[in-house]
Order: sequence, then structure tokens, then C-alpha cells
Amino acid sequence: MHSFGYRANALLTFSLTILALMAAMASFSDNFNSPSPAAHVQVLNVNRFQNRPNGDDEIGMTLSISADLQSLFTWNTKQVFVFLAAEYGTPKNAMNQVSLWDGIIQLKEDAKFSTKVKNKYRFIDQGSNLRGRDINLTLHWHIMPKTGKMFADKLVVTGFQLPHSYR
Amino acid sequence: MDWQGQKLAEQLMQILLVVFAVAAFITGYVVGSFQLMLFVYAGGVVLTTLITIPNWPFFNKHPLKWLDPSEAEKHPKPQVAVTSVSKKKPNKK
Repeated sequence: MHSFGYRANALLTFSLTILALMAAMASFSDNFNSPSPAAHVQVLNVNRFQNRPNGDDEIGMTLSISADLQSLFTWNTKQVFVFLAAEYGTPKNAMNQVSLWDGIIQLKEDAKFSTKVKNKYRFIDQGSNLRGRDINLTLHWHIMPKTGKMFADKLVVTGFQLPHSYR
Repeated sequence: MDWQGQKLAEQLMQILLVVFAVAAFITGYVVGSFQLMLFVYAGGVVLTTLITIPNWPFFNKHPLKWLDPSEAEKHPKPQVAVTSVSKKKPNKK
């Protein structure tokens, strides 16, 4: 500590060490948050149900999505990525997930929302397994923190049976 | 900066930084703002820099008192009797 440079160096390293410690503690404090998210999804209409020339089934639908994800936000949350997936089993694959819609929520105020949307990404099955298939619409989210650990969770929202015939 | 001053500067730096870090974390957590935590801590680091890095007068209150050269010549350094031969450091003559 005898010279200007030594003192500056000591202060810089010590202050950055503490900063890292604070970031770790901030990440740790996220564990004390016990969120209670709620979501409701309804299939308003199946607009389109076709068998594509290559044999794959494709569905176009209109969805009503409302969710309250405000409790996911803590002081260490940067943003929340949320997506709605259609999940179903087929004889070949026990679990299929098709993302229908997604969104990025950056503010806690925006985490309570309600929208009516057509599926943002195409709902295509690899095969022709969708007729009369029971699907689960599941809301997944990934919480991206400012520092530290990422959290991910999901909520199975609605069961829905697809139409028995193409239209 | 004298010896006492260096010790004081180091302790002051560590204590101030830890105190500001704790204060920043608590305010940030209570208010619920990560940004506020960073601002409080940044303020603390700047303040600590201003206090402990420049060579302030209060770090120089215990100057070393060296003997006057003429005084030193009157009392020559006693020669250490060389007992062990296998010393690593060569004796300066």
C-alpha cells in the first residue's frame, strides 16, 4: 500500500471481488421467491386442417391466451421468455412438442396479458397423426436473471381434441 | 505515506467497501431494484477511492525518524561474529 498504483490495484481487485459476491447473493435470493403463476388458454377456432402434399398434417388455429406471470418477477429478473407448446403423443413418438406462440416479457407490468392470436409458428406434425388427437396446450417459461441462475418451469393449461376430419 | 498510514489505508479500504456492499445489497433488496444496488455500491467505491488512494496528510502522522548520518558514524554497526560457515547469504563486507 506504499504507492498510488498499489492502493488503486488493491481497491480495484477487492471491490470487484465484492461485486461478484453481491451478484452471487442476488442470484441466491431468487430461491426465496415462490411464484404462483396462472394461465388460461382456449382454442377459439381451428381455421385450417390439411394434409400437406408430403403427407404431413398441418393445423391453423386461433388461440386466446391469458396469463398472469407477474409473480415470476424478482428484483433480479431481466426478462421472461414464454412460449406455448402443443404436446401430444403418437405411436412413433411418445412426446411431441410443437411451439405455437412465444413472447418476451421485459417488464413486470406486461406480465399480465391477454391476447387473441393465430398460431405464430406453423403447427405441423411429422406424419398424419393429428386427426382426432388429444393435445395438451402447455405454457412454458424461462426466467432470465440479471445475474446467476436461470429458472424454467411450465404449466399444463388445456386439453383439446383436434377435429376428426380435414377441412 | 508512512507505515501507520499504509495500515490505516488498507483497513479503511476494506471496511468501507464491505460496509457499502452490505448497505447496497440491503437497499437494493428492500427497494427491489438491482440498478439501485449497483448505484449505491458504485458510489461507495468512488468515495472509498477518494478517501484511501490519494496521499492525504492524515496518512503521514507517524513519520520515521532516521538517525542523523553524523550520529550514525559515531556508533558503527556491530560486526556479527561468523560462527556457522555454511550460510547461504554471503556476508557483505
